[in-house]
Amino acid sequence: MTGRVEGKVAFVTGAARGQGRSHAVRLAQEGADIIAVDLAGQVASVPYPMATPEDLDQTVKEVEALDRRIVARQADVRDYAALKSALDEGVTQLGRLDIVCSNAGIASFGPADELDETTWRDMIDINLTGMWHTCKAAIPHLVEGGRGGSIVITSSDAGLKGFPNLAHYVSAKHGVVGLMRTLALELAPHMIRVNSLHPTSVNTDMIQNAPTYELFAPDLAEKDRTKERLTERFQTMNALPIPWVEPVDISNAVLFLASDEARYITGVPLPVDAGFMVK
Amino acid sequence: MTGRVEGKVAFITGAARGQGRSHAVRLAQEGADIIAVDLCDQVDSVPYQMATPEDLADTVKQVEVLDRRIVATKADVRDYGALKKALDDGVAQLGRLDIVSANAGIASFGRAEELPEQTWQDMIDTNLTGVWHAAKAAIPHLIAGGRGGSIVLTSSAAGLKAYANAAHYVSAKHGVVGLMRTLALELAPHMIRVNSLHPTQVDTDMVMNEFTFKLFSPDTENPTIEDFRPASQAMNALPIPWVEPVDISNALLFLASDEARYITGVTLPVDAGTVIK
Repeated sequence: MTGRVEGKVAFVTGAARGQGRSHAVRLAQEGADIIAVDLAGQVASVPYPMATPEDLDQTVKEVEALDRRIVARQADVRDYAALKSALDEGVTQLGRLDIVCSNAGIASFGPADELDETTWRDMIDINLTGMWHTCKAAIPHLVEGGRGGSIVITSSDAGLKGFPNLAHYVSAKHGVVGLMRTLALELAPHMIRVNSLHPTSVNTDMIQNAPTYELFAPDLAEKDRTKERLTERFQTMNALPIPWVEPVDISNAVLFLASDEARYITGVPLPVDAGFMVK
Repeated sequence: MTGRVEGKVAFITGAARGQGRSHAVRLAQEGADIIAVDLCDQVDSVPYQMATPEDLADTVKQVEVLDRRIVATKADVRDYGALKKALDDGVAQLGRLDIVSANAGIASFGRAEELPEQTWQDMIDTNLTGVWHAAKAAIPHLIAGGRGGSIVLTSSAAGLKAYANAAHYVSAKHGVVGLMRTLALELAPHMIRVNSLHPTQVDTDMVMNEFTFKLFSPDTENPTIEDFRPASQAMNALPIPWVEPVDISNALLFLASDEARYITGVTLPVDAGTVIK
């Protein structure tokens, strides 16, 4: 049976680990070649360890094990020229572009009146401007291909409602919904579709870390903030009786939106959130 | 390769033709057995020709040719007793229930202050109460199964935004969104997911008729599909006039499958961008 994105090429940002790696692997399983970028480095205002070059190498191995091609580059979504150069090189090598997963993102925390300037700026630069950069670099390739395309922007439930201690994150994630809706209108004449995904907590290194645990359980002593205790805390936010979703659940939504089965779906914010938004 | 809903059983209302038939066939292609119901008759306030028993028989043939089982019954979603009996019989024969497509619906038109009482009532009874009936009849089977489940309510772009000359339709389709969100909360403890679909114009008999053409081209004497095409396309962001039934079926398939195991409470437009335009 032919894969659901057979012969297509997907550009994935933040592809070194977590959701980005999962997207690369899932799309490759269904027949796509991958252009992967990741900062593979630390941002000083981010409280947990970010991905490494070794992580990006692992993504390459996992895609190649599926007999798909992958062009992987270290690049910062804040640096438009570097990002564009990485993508252009990937398109040159793989011959086309069909799918864009604008996924790279960071998390950090603090009440709005206490966020320092750098923490705010890093967040907006990566989680909002980085998404625009990704689309900006990709759009000429998609338009030139003349076959339409699918852009999937990773927002969050925080793109649809507010959360305390996350003013910068919530602002960026709301911002990408506006970006998604505008791009959907601008690109519709080219049959390029643009949608956003809104996960609840996803089981990745971005949430499974001590600073996130502290945010969700400030009342517990540090030694009591175990994964088991936090599982209960995370679960209370969802309608379905689960604490978090897995990266593959987001990837399956990416796959659906990227595939021709969603050929007429555009401008849609799609929660993958265990009912968080309706709770 | 195993089908994406292999071994599951799906209950589909309005299955005689159009979107409902397409849902039955698409889910059967991916391995599901089908419990199909349809009124197979006319509702007086509906201006276009509705489905017939022959249409439902054709759905049966199309599912059986895929080597899947189908239990098809003539039943009115307004009649809870009859609908429940049809579903109960289907579950008894096919052994389980996993997926619900509350799809049966009608269209009629008129300004709010001019809609006859019966036209309003038929619309609410079919497009809102009928959807509740389908869910109400199905929920005990889904819970008893203990395997979770997926309920997909067919709303409309008119469930998210208003259209003139369709107050009753817009009210019913908005109401379905409230029903979906409430059911999503009530059924979440059972891992039963509930979502709604919001199509733009779909290429079916409900849309492709002289009455719709006239609604879209009121100043043309005898408008045809060629008058309708540009008027319909103007409502969409993508440069297409309408979507096909299979596009709605593919969204249903995704929501019904385990790939969407944690998606619930979601309004999913399949609308060529009409809601954002």
